[in-house]
Amino acid sequence: MNIKAITGMAAVAGVLAITGVTVPAQAATLDDVKAAGELKCGINTGLPGFAFTDDKGNWTGFDVAFCRALAGAVLGDPDKVKWVNLTGKNRFPALASGEIDVLSRNTTWTFSRDVDLGFTFLGVNYYDGQGFIGRVALGVKSAKELDGASVCIQTGTTTELNLADFFRTNNISYEPVPIETNEEARKAYEAERCDVYTTDASGLAATRSTFPDPSAHMVFPEIISKEPLGPLVRQGDDQWADIGRWVLNALVNAEELGVTQANVEELAKGTDNPEINRMLGSEGSLAEMLGLDKAWAVNAIKAEGNYAEIFERYLGKDTPLAISRGLNALWKDGGILYAPPMR
Amino acid sequence: MANQTAHDTKDSFDVRRLMTDERSRAVVLQLLVLLGVALFIAFIVSNTIANLQNAGLASGFGFLNDTAFFDINQRLIEYTSQSTFGRALIVGLLNTILISALGIIAATLIGFIGGVLRLSDNWIVSRMVTAWVEFTRNVPVLLQIIFWWAILTSLPKVRDSISLGDVSFLNNRGLRTAAPILEPGMEWVIGAFIVAIIAAIAVSHWARKRQEATGQIFPSGWASLGLIVGLPLIVYFILGQPLDWDVPKRTRFNFSGGFNVTPELIALWFALSTYTGAFISEIVRSGISSVSRGQSEAAFALGLRKNQTMRLVIIPQALRVIIPPLTSQYLNLTKNSSLAIAIGYQDLVSIGGTILNQSGQALEVVGIWMAVYLTLSLATSAYMNWYNKRIALVER
Repeated sequence: MNIKAITGMAAVAGVLAITGVTVPAQAATLDDVKAAGELKCGINTGLPGFAFTDDKGNWTGFDVAFCRALAGAVLGDPDKVKWVNLTGKNRFPALASGEIDVLSRNTTWTFSRDVDLGFTFLGVNYYDGQGFIGRVALGVKSAKELDGASVCIQTGTTTELNLADFFRTNNISYEPVPIETNEEARKAYEAERCDVYTTDASGLAATRSTFPDPSAHMVFPEIISKEPLGPLVRQGDDQWADIGRWVLNALVNAEELGVTQANVEELAKGTDNPEINRMLGSEGSLAEMLGLDKAWAVNAIKAEGNYAEIFERYLGKDTPLAISRGLNALWKDGGILYAPPMR
Repeated sequence: MANQTAHDTKDSFDVRRLMTDERSRAVVLQLLVLLGVALFIAFIVSNTIANLQNAGLASGFGFLNDTAFFDINQRLIEYTSQSTFGRALIVGLLNTILISALGIIAATLIGFIGGVLRLSDNWIVSRMVTAWVEFTRNVPVLLQIIFWWAILTSLPKVRDSISLGDVSFLNNRGLRTAAPILEPGMEWVIGAFIVAIIAAIAVSHWARKRQEATGQIFPSGWASLGLIVGLPLIVYFILGQPLDWDVPKRTRFNFSGGFNVTPELIALWFALSTYTGAFISEIVRSGISSVSRGQSEAAFALGLRKNQTMRLVIIPQALRVIIPPLTSQYLNLTKNSSLAIAIGYQDLVSIGGTILNQSGQALEVVGIWMAVYLTLSLATSAYMNWYNKRIALVER
């Protein structure tokens, strides 16, 4: 009894001591990441094109590439990332609690997430919109003809809200079939538990590519919402948000300036273009302003290439998704991708 | 530690005795441990609150009045996407209560039948039930839920629906069946039904009193059945059948009209009631076995028939053994119903999860979840404890 009591007390005291020391530590995220030697990045649990495992079991994809670029910029090595797979539901608590440093999980930038939930969006790396996929055999040409249909949706996303809005404004009825993950929603759709499946158009293309016979399914022309997807961080650490934002901008500017994964090392030695020189560090002091190493942008671009290279590798015409650039082309190519200048 | 130093300055003898005397030492150490635990808990709580406030995560329950903006497919009360988060939670709570109540009723029936059959003299019957019990209770209930859901969603598609007498249609989106439309006058039929139930209770009460007094047996079971079925039927036909049916009609995608029982509800109900039913059948079997053989032999000797022996002698005594573990099975079933989320049945956890995500109020929603399940469970066990007391052996 005595020994038990004493060990119990010791244990309590020990726990107190440990928690007491660790709790007040709330340093800048950059310092935390550098101290840990790895970037904790929240990604999807699996969405073709955006976050999936390659044949070696490594996470790869469009969303994954951003974190690799960020890890390159901050730590100099794109492989120093700890991947945390998150569902639509647990992604925000994971970011708010500090379990991850950055969330790159096809997340829509909305007012309430930015303002009320206390996050800062770093920008938009994919302009998306919500659409519907249905069987060609249904004979439906437009989503407005879906009166009385059963609709599969992934819960806990903005799609759930857009869907309710769409059917309400068009004054038509539907049966929502809420499903937890994209994978299960796809299975329910395949089992014809629902007539159509709705999610972001990029996700529909990704899902359609996994069907045994993609040509039996069509994506309806309506895009019923704006879904600007982008990475986000916790609000309140402006330095960390700036780093993420400018890594994203650097990737877009790199495409505009013709800086690629292949030529970035060469161009970093100095060129005739002052804009490239400033970005890659041979002129000016942008790196110091960010508090990063001089080669930050070089390492970021070296990770997976510029925006165009990343897009084409994971989502472009040569992939099963075969998504065209559309809105996600550079402003000078007819899209709306427009990164502020690096000066 | 503070009081020890205080003692030190005044009277050092007391302090030594505090640690050398076995009894006072035990008390002092236990107090210290208690103090340590209390401090630890207080620290954890205050630390959590402070951190949550820093992260802007805890901001009270005001969000329950915000508009939900999402739809729910199974609602027992009026709800649209324009309703509040609070109302959405109530819809979820009612769905949880619905599945729990359905599950408890079915599990009890399955369990009692299974338990009795397992004790059957028929070798094949008892072995088959044994095999079923062992299989069902040893496979995780989550897998069973998914299994039933997979079976139900592989039923024929909507256009090939199985028609049940042209009023109900079974397909992989559930069972769409005709819904009654109450016309004026129907309230009298419902009233007659209630009156009949009250009358049936009165009759059986009178019959028992008479049997105790005179020994004459009155078939009160048949009389009650006649009352409960007959009286409303008579009123129904006198008033010219004031009831119409909303028969489902085929539309482009689904059926419209009638009401739909979703495959999610059916799958969850099947899985929970067979899983819990298997446990209950074991409890029933052990309860019946616990009644000594002499009881039934004595009953036979008194001339009671076999089913009378079961009903009047064995079951009442077995119930005393059965009720307490049965309560915990009911609680398990209620809590297991939260696995609904795996197949998208919109219960409290599923809807709460959506709200959590849309509003970002993680802690509040989790708090509501815990409070609700705690309340449901405590209410169930309070009722079962009351029932247990009522049927307990009256000692004189």
